[in-house]
Amino acid sequence: MPKYTLQVNGQSRSVDVAADTPLLWVLRDHLELVGTKFGCGIGQCGACTIHVNGVPSRSCMTPVSTVGRMKITTIEGLAADATKLHPVQQAWSELDVAQCGYCQAGQIMTAAALLKDNPKPTDEDIDGAMAGNLCRCGTYMRIRAGIKLAATLTPATGGAQ
Amino acid sequence: MNTPLLSRPVGRRDFLKLTGLAGGGFALAFYIRSGGDAAAASAASATADFTPNAFVRITTAGKVTIVSKQPEMGQGVKTSLPMIIAEQLEVPFKDIAIEQADFDLKKYGNQGAGGSNSTPNNYDNFHLVGATVRTMLVEAAAQTWGVPASECRAEKATVVHTSGKKLTYGQLATKAATLAVPEKSAVTLKQPKDFKLLGTRVAQYDTPAIVTGKPLFGIDVKLPGMLYAIYEKCPAFGGKVVSANLDQIKTLPGVKDAFILAGNDKLKELVPGVAIIADSTWAAMSARKQLKIVWDEGKVATESWEGFVAQATAKAAQPGERVLRKDGDPDAALAGAAKVVEANYVYPFISHANLEPQNTTAHWKDGVMEIWSPTQIPSIGTGMVNRVLGIPPEKIILHLNRAGGGFGRRIGADYLIEAAAIAQKVNAPVKLTWSREDDMKHDQYRPGGLHFLKGGIDAKGKIVAWKNHFFTFGEGGSPGSGGSLGADEFPGRWIANYQADQTMFDTGWPMGPWRAPGGCVFPWVFHSFIDELAHAGGRDPLELRLEILGDKDEMPAGTPPGGGKAKGGGAPYNVARMRNVLKFAAEKAGWGQKKFAKGSGAGLAFHFSHRGYFAQVAEVTVTKDGELKVDRFVTGADIGAQVVNLSGAENQVEGSVLDGLCVLKSQEINIERGRVVQGNFNDYPLMRITEAPAKVETYFLSTNYPTTGLGEPALPPVAPAICNAIFAATGKRIRQMPLSRIDLRWS
Repeated sequence: MPKYTLQVNGQSRSVDVAADTPLLWVLRDHLELVGTKFGCGIGQCGACTIHVNGVPSRSCMTPVSTVGRMKITTIEGLAADATKLHPVQQAWSELDVAQCGYCQAGQIMTAAALLKDNPKPTDEDIDGAMAGNLCRCGTYMRIRAGIKLAATLTPATGGAQ
Repeated sequence: MNTPLLSRPVGRRDFLKLTGLAGGGFALAFYIRSGGDAAAASAASATADFTPNAFVRITTAGKVTIVSKQPEMGQGVKTSLPMIIAEQLEVPFKDIAIEQADFDLKKYGNQGAGGSNSTPNNYDNFHLVGATVRTMLVEAAAQTWGVPASECRAEKATVVHTSGKKLTYGQLATKAATLAVPEKSAVTLKQPKDFKLLGTRVAQYDTPAIVTGKPLFGIDVKLPGMLYAIYEKCPAFGGKVVSANLDQIKTLPGVKDAFILAGNDKLKELVPGVAIIADSTWAAMSARKQLKIVWDEGKVATESWEGFVAQATAKAAQPGERVLRKDGDPDAALAGAAKVVEANYVYPFISHANLEPQNTTAHWKDGVMEIWSPTQIPSIGTGMVNRVLGIPPEKIILHLNRAGGGFGRRIGADYLIEAAAIAQKVNAPVKLTWSREDDMKHDQYRPGGLHFLKGGIDAKGKIVAWKNHFFTFGEGGSPGSGGSLGADEFPGRWIANYQADQTMFDTGWPMGPWRAPGGCVFPWVFHSFIDELAHAGGRDPLELRLEILGDKDEMPAGTPPGGGKAKGGGAPYNVARMRNVLKFAAEKAGWGQKKFAKGSGAGLAFHFSHRGYFAQVAEVTVTKDGELKVDRFVTGADIGAQVVNLSGAENQVEGSVLDGLCVLKSQEINIERGRVVQGNFNDYPLMRITEAPAKVETYFLSTNYPTTGLGEPALPPVAPAICNAIFAATGKRIRQMPLSRIDLRWS
């Protein structure tokens, strides 16, 4: 099987996997990074959202062979400083956004990318950016509020790549 | 760090039991008679059935740990129930560690989470436990100082004497462990007026792990040497494997084994299928694409939803198979009514669609089956493992993982028995992960139903007659979960001339509890039809409902035809609570005060279930293009005297509102030739953030009744409130779910 050296959360990680293995399963089964979640496998739910070179991407639809040396950031590596929370994580904690919590890593990754591009999003901006992330429990109102709160917390430097 | 508890035999007369900790300190296990209250338990006779229910541990270092016995699936019990103990114990909540209990019937008794029961079943006992531990710590301090306990008080994990002397709980733990457990009469409960924690907003205990992606859920389990399994079942329910290309599958990359499981001929237990075991999830999923299985699809493959709908339509005018309830003379009352309204309502089967697909990890070693599972009622899973695989209960270990959504789906344990049966054939721990398609095509569905209604009103618009022929779906001779219309289901008992008939189609389709079984469908039909009758009689929908409820404060449980206990109903209904919460919600929403432009309007509905009284008002706009927007949704809730965790409580209500709206808008499982048509979120769309209401408001009406649960009772009135608002906005009456099938355009 081919060997891939990936740049994950600022570290080089090598894996021996089939070329078509989605990044999702590389992260979960091979790199012990299970914060990225499996929900649908067809890019419909967003639970598997990660950043690839800072862009929110569906890891269930991203074959490992296409990633090369692009920078992969997962929920585990979102905070620039591992001892602190990213503003979105902070806001999520403060507002108790989660119910079951299963979709929230994907929500947080999408929200973090939104705030990086658009530090003061309107309601419409938020709905537009977050429309690809399903929450089965119905935490959407708190997700909106969480993004607005995070916008007030975002430091100038933002989170990690 | 888990400090082991030194278990001792449970004394039948003990309510609370002290246990010394290996490293010093003490642990208090409490024992509660199942179904009874702690008061009865502490003074119970020697014949009472005692079961241990939870543990509080305090180490000499002052670490307070509460073991949470109920599974957590997003309903928040891992946070809210320990809050009760923390309140009485006088320990800041942030300083408490909470551990999820493994399944252990002997230690914890009932560990099931379902029916919105976790709060009402534990509330009083948890208060008593916290207060008892506090009383013992105060007594330990009093003895240490040689002062009366009445001169000491507990605050912030410390006992303080009137002189100002202080000892921390950690310093007192060893002494407290030597004391006898006080009788309930010697324990003073902190009163609600002094509560500092209950009723406040507390973030879920697992929040730090959730927001940083720590392993937490069943699907996150990883064990040394673990293998990964997929399990393919027949697309048609009840189908069996004839043969499969196992030899070819075994040659594929990463595949360790492939085999057929014959199943146990039970629709909701071990279903026949083919397992592929591989060294990664993707290897198993990839090999699956090469799988060629010859199925014996069996007789269910002839059954289709559309076929049953046609049969129901043909039989609608005939009497039903059973009369569920008959009061007065509905036919005569209809004949004499000033106006008669007829309407047919239909709702489809739906899926639970937990975002975390079903999964379980199991390890079969030395005659012991060790299981890790996100499951709602653990005893169902272990019972199935015992029955199907013949493993004795004492050889089954079940660890409970956080579940990515419950909604009733994980009351079933089909995924768990599959994993255990697979593990029995694999010489390693193995994690079974269902694909989304497995999850959607092999759910235990909320049954659909059809109602053929006739209602009569008099010249003043009062409802004088109600007749319903209800068609439901069953499996194995009885209706699926939530498919039984109770003889007492509202408005049965309230209308003098009332008849509900039922006809059941027996199918081979698996059905199971879906959030608020029965409540998630019947109030939609009946509160929509009441609305039709209100408009037919020119009556205000709120005023007519208050007229139906009447002046009596309590409606006793009814008696079905032929006597006996009403099936699926039989609950006394506190009419006063319902009237009050209905008026409360209407007032909060400003019912009747607003003028709406065409295309906008308000609707309301109410429902009593899961011991909670709920009334809701929806304000909607339907654009000329037919797009529905919920502008505002107001919930009035009476769940008794005390909201435990306000944040969690509001989350449950908000979640129920969105769930009800989501089901109404788009959810539909169609069954053709004994198999499910839908397979993933592309053809079974869940609601997205763009569709979420702009404003969801939740108001709790505090009443002098016991505190009850919130996982379900806020859901039932959601769909009828919205549909009644759609009618007010557009004049279109919604009699079919989901709305995606309805043209809402107007001009």
